[in-house]
Amino acid sequence: MAVNNSETMTINMGPQHPSTHGVLQLILELDGEIVTKATPHIGFLHRGIEKLSEHRTYHQIIPLTDRLDYLAPMSNNLGYVLAVEKLLGITDEIPERVQRIRVIMAELTRLKSHLVWLATHALDIGAMTVFLYCFRERECITDIYEKVSGARMTSNYFRVGGLSADLPDGLEGEIRDFAESMPGHIEEYEGLLTGNRIWQKRTIGVGKISAEAAIDIGITGPALRASGVDWDLRRDNPYSGYDDYDFEVPVRTGCDTFDRYKVRLDEMRQSARIVLQALDKLKPGPILADCPKIVLPSKKDVVNNIESLIHHFKIVTEGFKTEPGEIYHGIEAPKGELGFYLVADGSAYPFRMKIRPPSFVNLQGLPQMVEGRLLADVVAVIGTLDIVLGEIDR
Amino acid sequence: MSAQAIVEKLKAKFSAEILDVVEFRGETTVTVKKEQIVAICTFMRDDFGYNLLCDLCGVDYMGQTPRFMMVYNLYNITTKERFRIKAPVAEEGANIDTVSSVWGTANWHERECWDLLGIKFNNHPDMRRILMPADWEGHPLRKDYPVQGPDREPYKGRLS
Repeated sequence: MAVNNSETMTINMGPQHPSTHGVLQLILELDGEIVTKATPHIGFLHRGIEKLSEHRTYHQIIPLTDRLDYLAPMSNNLGYVLAVEKLLGITDEIPERVQRIRVIMAELTRLKSHLVWLATHALDIGAMTVFLYCFRERECITDIYEKVSGARMTSNYFRVGGLSADLPDGLEGEIRDFAESMPGHIEEYEGLLTGNRIWQKRTIGVGKISAEAAIDIGITGPALRASGVDWDLRRDNPYSGYDDYDFEVPVRTGCDTFDRYKVRLDEMRQSARIVLQALDKLKPGPILADCPKIVLPSKKDVVNNIESLIHHFKIVTEGFKTEPGEIYHGIEAPKGELGFYLVADGSAYPFRMKIRPPSFVNLQGLPQMVEGRLLADVVAVIGTLDIVLGEIDR
Repeated sequence: MSAQAIVEKLKAKFSAEILDVVEFRGETTVTVKKEQIVAICTFMRDDFGYNLLCDLCGVDYMGQTPRFMMVYNLYNITTKERFRIKAPVAEEGANIDTVSSVWGTANWHERECWDLLGIKFNNHPDMRRILMPADWEGHPLRKDYPVQGPDREPYKGRLS
């Protein structure tokens, strides 16, 4: 703690502060309880994923993407595999079943991510019970994750050209039961929070940011939609067959923490709707594209067919080569636009992979949102931005 | 407005600046000289409505001249279209003008680019490292920086 002569006080918050949701450090300048300046310091979780990617084949990068936004691993998987498929030019060859399962898992991931957001956001502001309720439902999604991919968090489930495995028997029913129960649970959370006077006092009018300022700073996702900008990549630049589903994009104009909370809750309802629609439309079919030089052949083919054995060996040892070129692909991740910019030089490794993590850009808006406000609002604003340091620091 | 029409208008206004136009997988990339980058970006924002700078990054083409390439991935929230601008940057005293006056979001992206690739941004409001510690030496995303870290043998490919 340091006092300087202009009678403001500089205090340090984090990187080991529980409400910073990871290893975020904030240097706050305070005039009494009013924040006059906030300076975020990031990079404590930097693992050099972009550098590592330049030395791995395209298939080997998928596990690295799990570790970006570790609360929404399948969204990262999806963004990455779609980018590589676009680079390869095989977007149209992805089987329908794969697209449906990807949508189901991506929307469950959105629910999973938003549940952690709501749980920790409410806990930070002082509503303990919601945390327990949200983690109860999140546990169901983690169980579904475990059944499809074997892992509860770092799923590594999607593959370039398809999926690592089909859904196990009986899981469709389980997902359906969960998605049908979700709207009721959301009512439960709303019952605890929306009309709660303490919740309202802590969120309404807190962390305001106008639409123009939000676009200028690059904020995307639910935080932008709560500032009145009607833009959702799932609807506006559809990928993975999202144009096939009937869903609404919740937009509100309050620009504050309360509206961001409402937008995310509405999004969760829509996600449950999309999951149910995708389950209705799910038909049996292949789970890998017919691109033998790119996707790994099935185990049965490998032991019975010399061609498949050769392909399997080549793909595992050498990876697959791509045409030289560059592409950018963005998806609507739970926290905003997750983009992958890939530069290929014709080898089996990406020449450059730049990740556009939504949290990194959204966090940049934090100083604008807290300066001139109370110290206690900083915690609410960090929560409402829904940041994950894994993808900020990469 | 179609990407083709935008390219035509850019060519008409900045004829001396355009180096290359490429279309790949339905994405248009225009390479321009770095001197007028702020004017070109402002033109893109004001005349064509590219109000969101999705992403900004540098690419290290070690062995080529010029060595670096700056990449600006733009998005128009009204028409939902994408566009890409690139500008080559020479290795010697690598620098380019900041576009943080055009899109505020460029601030942190440019800091990251300085931190990891060592490209300086002229007139940038806050040119500090962002991901690496302040006293770090070197720029890790450069191709001549070993993947295992400094003071180690350079990566020689997989052993298998």
